Formats: sequence, C-alpha cells, structure tokens
Amino acid sequence: MKPTDTSKPEYFHKVVDCQWGCPAHTDVPAYIRMIAQGQFSDAYMENRKSNVFPGILGRVCDRPCEPVCRRGRVEDKPVAICRLKRVAADHRDDITDRLPQPPESDNGKKVALIGAGCASLTVANDLRPLGYEVTIFEALKTTGGLMRTNIPQFRLPPSVLDEEIGYILDMGVDLQLNHPVESLKSLLDEGYDAIFVGSGAPRGKNLVLPGRYDSERIHIGIEWLESVAFEHIKTIGKNVLIIGVGNTAMDCCRSSLRLGADVVKVMARKPRGFFKASTWELEDAEEENVEILVNHSPTEFVIEDGKLVGMKFELMEYNIDAEGGIDRGTVTDEIVISCDDVILAIGQDNAFPWVEHDIGIEFDEWDCPIVNDSTMMCTREGVFFGGDSAFGPKNIIWAVEHAHQAAISIHRYCQNEDIEDRLPDGLNLVSQKMGMHEWSFSNDYDAAPRRLMPHVDLKERFKKLDIEVELGFTLEQTIKEVERCLNCDIQTVFSAKLCIECDACLDICPVNCLTITHNGDEQDLRSRLSAPAENYEQALYVSADLPQTGRVMVKDEDLCVHCSLCAERCPTGAWDMQKSELILAYAGDEENEERLKSASGGRAHKG
Amino acid sequence: MSYIRKPKVTHPGLARNKLGLTARDYEGAISTLCAGCGHDSITAAIVRAVFELNVKPHMLAKMSGIGCSSKTPAYFVSEAHGFNSVHGRMPSVTTGANAANRDLMYIGLSGDGDSLSIGVGQFVHAIRRNLNMCYIIENNGVYGLTKGQFSATADIGSKPKKGQPNTQEPIDPVSMALSLGATYIARSFSGDREQLVPLIKAALIHRGFALLDIISPCVTFNDHEGSTKSYAHTRQFYHHVVDMDYVPPAEDIKAAYADGDVMPIKMHDGSTILLRKVDKNYDPTSRALSFKYLRERFNAGEITTGLLYLDEARPEMHELMGNVDTPLSQLPLDELHPGKDELKKLQDRYR
Repeated sequence: MKPTDTSKPEYFHKVVDCQWGCPAHTDVPAYIRMIAQGQFSDAYMENRKSNVFPGILGRVCDRPCEPVCRRGRVEDKPVAICRLKRVAADHRDDITDRLPQPPESDNGKKVALIGAGCASLTVANDLRPLGYEVTIFEALKTTGGLMRTNIPQFRLPPSVLDEEIGYILDMGVDLQLNHPVESLKSLLDEGYDAIFVGSGAPRGKNLVLPGRYDSERIHIGIEWLESVAFEHIKTIGKNVLIIGVGNTAMDCCRSSLRLGADVVKVMARKPRGFFKASTWELEDAEEENVEILVNHSPTEFVIEDGKLVGMKFELMEYNIDAEGGIDRGTVTDEIVISCDDVILAIGQDNAFPWVEHDIGIEFDEWDCPIVNDSTMMCTREGVFFGGDSAFGPKNIIWAVEHAHQAAISIHRYCQNEDIEDRLPDGLNLVSQKMGMHEWSFSNDYDAAPRRLMPHVDLKERFKKLDIEVELGFTLEQTIKEVERCLNCDIQTVFSAKLCIECDACLDICPVNCLTITHNGDEQDLRSRLSAPAENYEQALYVSADLPQTGRVMVKDEDLCVHCSLCAERCPTGAWDMQKSELILAYAGDEENEERLKSASGGRAHKG
Repeated sequence: MSYIRKPKVTHPGLARNKLGLTARDYEGAISTLCAGCGHDSITAAIVRAVFELNVKPHMLAKMSGIGCSSKTPAYFVSEAHGFNSVHGRMPSVTTGANAANRDLMYIGLSGDGDSLSIGVGQFVHAIRRNLNMCYIIENNGVYGLTKGQFSATADIGSKPKKGQPNTQEPIDPVSMALSLGATYIARSFSGDREQLVPLIKAALIHRGFALLDIISPCVTFNDHEGSTKSYAHTRQFYHHVVDMDYVPPAEDIKAAYADGDVMPIKMHDGSTILLRKVDKNYDPTSRALSFKYLRERFNAGEITTGLLYLDEARPEMHELMGNVDTPLSQLPLDELHPGKDELKKLQDRYR
C-alpha cells in the first residue's frame, strides 16, 4: 500500500467516527471534554456552531453518531453522546452574549424561507448576521414545524423549543405565522433575492384497505400528533392499534397512553430487527407496557354497525437469508384484533401542490423537485431546498446540515459568486504532549459501562401529556459517562523517519492495532497484522518505508482506544498524539479572515 | 516509564491458546525501563513464546540478578514464580531451585554485566553442570543502570556517548558457552521478533542449558552513531546463519517443510525444530566448526545470529547426578529425609 495521505482533512476526520457519522459534523469529543471540565456553556456553544439546536437535539436527535461510536466496537455500548449534549444544554449559563449577533446594517438582500422548522431556522441563523433581511412564512400558528407538532411534549418540552428558536428569531427575523404559501410562482414575483424551501415532508401515508373510510376513528399518525399538540384532540379510546413500527409509531403509542388508552398495541408486519424505529425509542415504548406484535400484515378495518371494532391481519412467516435479507413472506393464518381506534404510522411523503410545474423547476419520477445535494439548489436558480422537503424524510440533524449548505449557496448566489466554488474543509493538528508522560487530555481507559437515563416514575408520567419522561443525567452519571469517550480526535500521528523499529509501541498497545511488517496490498497486509483486521470500513494507516529495514508501520484504526501509550513508549517521538480540529465552512466564511487563516494552517501536516 | 497502566481492554478477536488464555494473560506489570529499551521487546517475545507453548503460569519460574535486564521478570507472567537474587548469583539460585523442583520451567534473565563481569564464575559453572534452564543475556554492551559505562561485551572501537572508545577485548558469551559445552546456543536481536520467538520456545523446551545471547540496544546510553550495539549498527551487520521454526509435538512437520533444504531435529518432548541454513557451510551440530565459523564472521565485523549450536543428547544436571524423577520438593518427608539411621548406614558403606 502507498503511505497514507494525511494531508487531506478526510483521513483524520474519518477516524473521529462520531463526527464523521454526524451529518453536521459536530465536534463531539471536543465538547465532551468541555463537559468533563464543567465548561457547560462552552460545550453548548461548540454544539451550536454546527447543530444549532443542542437542547432540542440533546433530547430527540436521531443520533447517527452513536451506532458508529468506536466505544461500541471496543465494548458493546457506545458513549451516550446525545445524553451528554443535553447535559451541556441543561447546565449552561446565560449564553445570549455569545450567540450570533444581528447585523449593524442590512445588506439590502431579501431572502424568503418557507416553513418555520429546523431547516429554515438554521438558514436564518446563518444568514441574518451577514445582513440578510429574512422572512419566514409558516402555515401554522406557531414555529418549530414537525419538531413541535410531531414530537410529543413529554419528549421535547415546548419551553426548550421556544428558547432555542427564540435565539434565532431575536436577531430580527420577520416571522409570518398563519401564512401558508399557496403558490411559489407568486412568491417568486415578490422580488426576493433567494427563496429557501424548508417545508418538510408533511403528508402522512394512507393505508387504503376495505373499511378505511367507514369510520372516523382511523387516524393518520402525523396529523393526529399535530392535533394532539394543538389540543384539538384530547382523548382516545381505551383500546388502540398503531400500524407501523417507526419512530412516529412510537410517539403515537406513547401519546395514546397519556390520552386515556389502556391497551396499546403496535402492529408490525415484519419481525424484530426490521423495525424502522430507533432501538432507544422502542425501549422507551416497551417500558410503558406497549405491546409490539410482529408478523401481522393488515388486510381490513372491521366495521360493525358503522363502528370500528377491530382490524383484520394476516399472520406472516418469513425466511431470512444468511445476509439478513428477508423474503416477501407467506400467510399462515388470519386474525381479528379488536380496537376502538387505529393510528396509521407507516411513513410520510413530500407534497408540493403549491409548486407550479411551469416555473423552471424540474421534478423527478416521484413528483419531487430535483435538488443538487451539495449546493441544495433546484433547477431554477435562486430557489433552494433543505430538510425533508429536499430528499424526503430524514431527521433534524440532516435538515440542519442541508440548511448550512443552502445558506452558503444563498450567500454566494446573492453576492454573484459561483455557488459550486465552495470553501473546502480544513484540519488542524496540534500536539497534546504536556511533559514526558503527560497529555492534555484524560488518556486512561475507563472500563465503566454506559450510564442509563433516569426516567420519571411509570405512574407519575401519565398524569399529564407534558411531563418530560427523561430527567437528564445526574452529575455523577455525567462524570462517569464523559470518561467513556475515547477521544478519537486526539490522533495517533506517525513520522516514519524518526522510527528506530524498537517495537515498543507494538508491545504496549492494549488492542494490538500496530504492526511493523513488509509492505503488501491491503488484503495481504490485513492478513498479517498483530490482530485480526476484518473491519474494512476502518482504514489502515500505513507509513512510508522505515529507515532501518524498509518495512512499514501499519496501524489498524478500527479499535484504537487513543490511550497514548504508543507515543509514551516511543523513544524518538515518532508517534505523537495530536488533536485534530475539523474546520467547517459556513456562510460568510469567505470574508472571515480568522477562518481562512486557521483553515490554511490546517493543511500544514505532512505524514 | 508510564503514568498509566496498560488498559485491561483487549482486541475482541484476540487468539486464545490451549489453556484458553490470551497473550495478554501472560503480561506482567508495566515496564519501568526507558521507552524503546530492547529489553522490553525481549519481554514481549517471551510473552509470545510462553503463550504459544501453552505454558501454565504456575509452572514457570523467572530468575534474575541485578541490572536493567534483571528487572524484566516483573514485566511478564505475573502469575509465575520468581526470584530476584543478588548481583551475578542468579545461576546458583536457579541451580538450587531446579535441584528442589525439576518440574518447573526455568527462565533466567541476565545482562552482560550480571553474567560476564560480577557473575562470570556462576555463569560458567551453570553451563558446566548443564543446568536445565533457558538463560537469556540481554546484551547491550553498557552498564545502563549506572549511567552507561562500557561492560565486558563492548567491542573494540565502540564509541561511548561521552569519553574514549573501548580498547579492551570483548567477552563473547556464545564462544564461551561453546567452549564450555553448553547444549543449546543461540544469538539473536531484540529487534527481530520473528527470529527470537521460536528461539526462545525451543530454548525453553530444550533439556539442558540453553543460552540465548540477545543484542538488546540501550536506547539511552548505547544507541548513538559509533556504538556497535545500536539498533542501526546491529541491523547493518546482522547475519542470519540458521533460521529456525519450532513445531509442537502434535503438529505435522511435513507441512512446515517449505523446501528440501530443511534439517529437522527432534526434541526430547516430541516437538521438532526445523533448521533452515542460510549459509550452507554452517553446521550447528559441530562444536569445532561452529567455533571456527563464528570467529571468522566476528573478525569480519558481522553479528552471526540464529541457532548456532545444538546437542539434544547430552544429559542435564539431574541425569548426570542420577536423581529421582520426582521433584525433591514433592517427595514425602520420610523419603526425602530418611533419618539418622539411614544416614549412618550410608556412611558405613564408605568406611
């Protein structure tokens, strides 16, 4: 293999699994260290830089960072990254003076944002400080979009939403509530310099089976949740069936319990392991005694005397192959399960009845606008998309990232710059050596298992709809959990020319990730390493030829616990622990000299 | 020296031996030697060797004297027996231990000072009585613990970090052992793990005195330019003469034959060592020829490594003395100590 090229930011960025996995690339290890030192406000601001809504995301993020966390490979449970984010938000001091500030004067450019959800709010957050006059058009009577209407209050208190949305609106954003955009064409005629569509994927999927329209007790999940949020619906029957087993289904079943249901069953067509819901959301629902029935395929709403009395299902059997693939299944039996209400939670779609087809916007086969996934612009210049409205339902953190990219494009577009010509990411590396055997971070491995989130008592929580179930980590839990982070951003950086091949690093490495051997192709090298290296997702860090024997140093990045012992045992300093700081571009960074300086400094490292 | 201990966390795919142990289970305390010390590398090779040999930790005895080398028994197999004796007296203490319990596997860790200066008398007599042990000299040519003065193995012309080059003849433990009749003699280098591990394994299995002279650079006092025991110098003048594989008793030897040029030697426990002669002129079973060859290569400035001499036939100490098979430590007291009357009978036989 050729020596690993570490001059590009991608290599060391990818070592930081959580940051690589996060769509917005939040610097997770950095803010966890800040929490460890009690710097909650700093940790909050570090989060806010990239994900804008730390308090919200600290409760309801989809957590793409956690399944990829290295700790989950070394042991079985990842660091409770999302919970720690909430710790930063819960314990922060007043940070208002550290927030982006409204501009001293407007720059004369006007931008319209459609929808007051996380995507539009992020665009406003990025553009308002640069002087843009920003107007948000929202169909509903309040802000937050699906974050407010679809996530129940017992998971995300409205006060948290109001506070973090307020930070953005307070910069002088023109908010037009109860103002649905009926026609994009007429909005285009109003003379905005750019338009951003962040209207979400607001249409819940229907399930048209016999009896579907014969009862009013059959609800569409996201519409029902919205009615609950706005208190249009305050009760539900005693016996509720939820169709579908995604995260919306989890919110529906738990909300039902709080509106008076006694027995709630979630009906899944497939077996466990094929559920769309996040494992933690499944756990939380099952803790509340929601029953999840697998292998039930719905066929009919059973109506007697004009009243919904149950639902008919086919019982399924599936074959699962060695790769985990599942077949279409065979029907083994039929069953009717009685109920008073059915809630359909089988997904949602984009819907653009208000976007005309003759205004230069091209649509794809599913009747959704075609959007460029790096610039976020559609085929009509000056119209940008983000969040669920861009590529279908994803999650909040993806919407935030889309919006950051769209804001960069809008800024460049409004300044008549090429929107394809974007600032690249940068990466800084700084040695963390403090003394002979001292490092600037807590390098020792702590074997503590993952802390569990404390919950409100099972009886207490059902008394009201808005009792937040998760209490947040205690200080003791926080102190333990932060030490579980492996500091993957403190990189093991190797200089081949200094190595005397004494093997000290190989011998001290607790997880056998280092090998000195003759070079070969990747397949061959992987078969000759100190320990099995079967995770091809994780890179091999291959050095230049070593001076004394011409062999190479190979590090399998997979299970490195960043304990620094290789660098401590190295007599010549060939190994060093260096903190990598990813420098991401945001709107207006082209004019930010500080950013340009640090980013160019980030290219200095040569392996 | 490190401030944190080596974390207990391990690679989930770590191999286990026949006892169900991983190589990590054969580790000891974290080393307090200088970072990059050759001795630590030898320690790691010993860990690998005893792991692969499925050694039960309680059947191993780690013996040492004084010096950097003699600290190393603390850094492997924490569950083994150990004795850290006075300077240069490890061979006598090992003789005593072995006399009392011949069932244990003895590994002695010594240095060029401990074995070839203060302990040279002990060293030669342990060889003479063919004590059944693996005797490792971690040879760095300097007294590291007392700040780097030349030792008895320093080569003529070798430059110290400060002061004048060495002018005195070095003692070569390999030639010395050859002349004294040691039955397993090898030289290796701490930086050559591939060669070292099978050599240690065979030395532990060998019945009789097995000497391993291992060049082990002192990274602090003898790893500079002009030193003849540095990493760079050793690698430059390194000469493999016989490569060796160790094949455990139950395994098929044929599979290990890569080419026809392999010489198998059966060990007393049924295992086999396969010698692959890099230099066809070398014969590791002939004492006289070995001696001549080594001297020539030494004069040419080369460091000859590999298994240099082997004699599986010569009896070791217990056989020479006709001792019982049962370790003395396990004999019932009345057999071990038959009493005054028996002693008197014995003495009467010689009157």
